[in-house]
Amino acid sequence: MKKISLAVAAVATMVSSSVVSAYADPVDDKLVIDGQEMITRAPAPEGHPFKEVLSGWLFREPETRELEADSFQNSGMLYVERGQEIWNTVEGSKGKSCASCHNDAAESMKGISAHYPKWDADAKRPINIELQIDKCRTQNMGAEAYKFDAPEQKALTTFIKYQSLGAPVKLDLKQGEMQSWWDRGKKEYYTRTGQLNLACASCHEASMGKHIRADHLSQGQANGFPTYRLKQADMVSLHNRLRGCIRDTRAEMPKPFSDELMALEVYVTWRGTGLSVETPAVRQ
Amino acid sequence: MNLAGILVAASAAAMCGSVAFAAEIAPTDVKFEDYAVNASLTGVAGNAEEGAKVFADRKLGNCLACHENKAMPKQLFQGNVGPSLDGVADRWSPAQLRAIVSDSKKVFGPETVMPGFYSLEVGINVRKDLVGKTVLSAQQVEDVVAYLATLKE
Ligand code: HEC
Ligand code: HEC
Ligand code: HEC
Repeated sequence: MKKISLAVAAVATMVSSSVVSAYADPVDDKLVIDGQEMITRAPAPEGHPFKEVLSGWLFREPETRELEADSFQNSGMLYVERGQEIWNTVEGSKGKSCASCHNDAAESMKGISAHYPKWDADAKRPINIELQIDKCRTQNMGAEAYKFDAPEQKALTTFIKYQSLGAPVKLDLKQGEMQSWWDRGKKEYYTRTGQLNLACASCHEASMGKHIRADHLSQGQANGFPTYRLKQADMVSLHNRLRGCIRDTRAEMPKPFSDELMALEVYVTWRGTGLSVETPAVRQ
Repeated sequence: MNLAGILVAASAAAMCGSVAFAAEIAPTDVKFEDYAVNASLTGVAGNAEEGAKVFADRKLGNCLACHENKAMPKQLFQGNVGPSLDGVADRWSPAQLRAIVSDSKKVFGPETVMPGFYSLEVGINVRKDLVGKTVLSAQQVEDVVAYLATLKE
C-alpha cells in the first residue's frame, strides 16, 4: 500500500474541500473463508507498477465483503454446487462425464486454476479454464463446446476454480510463447480505447482507490472470477467483465476468447500474482 | 422587459443562432493558445442552465462521474477521479475552461484521465456509431463553460 496510497492520499488532501470525501483506502481487513485465510495483499512481482497487489475484496463495502467471507451467504456457492452436478453428468457421444476421467475434482483439480491461463501446445495459444473445458468436451467426450457465458459454462468454471480457493496465483510465462502474449496484453492494458479515450490503466492504475460515480476503483484483479455480482444477481465471467469495462470507454467490444482478450487475461492475471484464487468472489 | 422586448430579444437570439451555426468551429479547427481557447466555438453565448443539465446528464457530460460539485447537492454518487469543481471559476478563466472541456489533453498533457469532449483525438476501436463524433456538441461545450463560470466560492 504505502507508497501508492500516500501519493493518492496527497492528491485527496489537495482536493479535500470536497463535500463528503469519497476517497477511501482499501480496508485493513482479513478475508477468512471456511477457516482458511485468503491472501488479499501480496508483494508485487518484478516489473509491476505497484509495490503491492490488492484483491478487489479490499475495495468493496462491508456488506459485500461479509457475503464473500460467509460461504452460506455467498450465492456464488450455488453455482459451485451446480458445477459439481455437471461434473458428474454423462454427456456427448462417448458416454463420459468429467468424473469418468478426472474422478474427484477435490483432488484432481486442486490448485490447477491458480496457474491459468496456460500454454496450449495444440492450439498454440494460451487457454483459460473455459477453453480447457471445451477442449475436453469436444475431444474427450464427443460433446459440443459451450456457448459463451452459457449457465453451464459459468457453473463448471466456477466449480473448477473453487477447487483452488486460497491458492496463490502464479503463471508460468516460460511455457510456449506465453511471454509474447503477456507483452501484447500489457500493450493493450495501456492503450486508450473508445470515444472516452481511456485505458485500463487510466482507471485501475492512475485512479486506483478513487471513486468513479459510486464505484470504488480497485486494481482490476482477475483472481475472483467468475464473480457473483450483486447488481446482476448472477455469476459474471472474466471476459464478460473485460468486455463491459471496454464498452464503458465507448469502444467496440472484442469477441470472447479472442486473441485480444486472451492476451489481456494473461497480463491482467499476472498483475494479481500472489493473490489467492477467490472464486466465487462477491462484488457489487 | 415588456412583451415586445422579449420578442425582439428572442428573434435576435434566433438570428444569432443561425448565423453562429454557419460559423461553428469544427473540432479539428479549435485553436489552443496558452492553454486557452479564446474564441467561442459557436458565437452563441453559452446558457448556464442548459450547461448544468449537460454537466449532470450521465449520457452527456457525466462530469459527476469524476468530479464533486457542491452546487449540485441532490446529485448522488459524485466521483473524485478529478479534483472537486467547487470554485473552479476562481481558478480558471472561461477561455481556459473552454480549452479544458474541449480537449483536456491540450491543457493537462496526454496522460490525463479526463476525456476530451470536443475532440476527435480519441482512443482506438471507437464504437462504430460514434466514429467521427464528439462527446458533446459545440453548443453543449459553450453551455457547460457558461455553467462552470458560475462556480465561484
Ligand atoms: C476421456 C477422458 C477425459 C474426459 C471425459 C474429460 N477430460 Fe479433462 N483432461 C483429460 C486429459 C487426458 C487431460 C490432460 C491433457 C489435456 O490437457 O488435454 C485433461 C485435462 C483437463 C484439465 C486441465 C488440467 C490441468 O492440469 O491443467 C481440466 C481443467 C479438465 N481436463 C477438465 C475437464 C472437464 C471439466 C471435463 C468435463 C466437461 C473433462 N475434463 C472431461 C481427459 C478427459
Ligand atoms: C472508466 C473506468 C474503467 C476502465 C477504463 C476500465 N475499468 Fe475495469 N472496472 C471499472 C470499475 C468501476 C470496476 C468495478 C469496481 C472495481 O473493482 O474497480 C471495474 C472492475 C474490473 C475488474 C473486476 C475486479 C474485481 O475485483 O472483481 C476487472 C478484472 C477489470 N475491471 C479489468 C479491466 C481491464 C482489463 C480494463 C481495460 C480493458 C478495464 N478494467 C478498464 C472501471 C474501469
Ligand atoms: C473520467 C474522469 C473525468 C470526467 C468524466 C471528467 N473529468 Fe474533468 N478532470 C478529470 C481529471 C483527472 C482532472 C485533473 C486533470 C489532470 O491533472 O490530469 C480533471 C480536471 C478538470 C478541470 C480542472 C479543475 C481544476 O480545478 O483544476 C475542470 C474544469 C474539469 N475537469 C471539468 C470537467 C467537466 C466540465 C466535465 C464534464 C463535461 C469533466 N471534467 C469530466 C477527470 C474527468
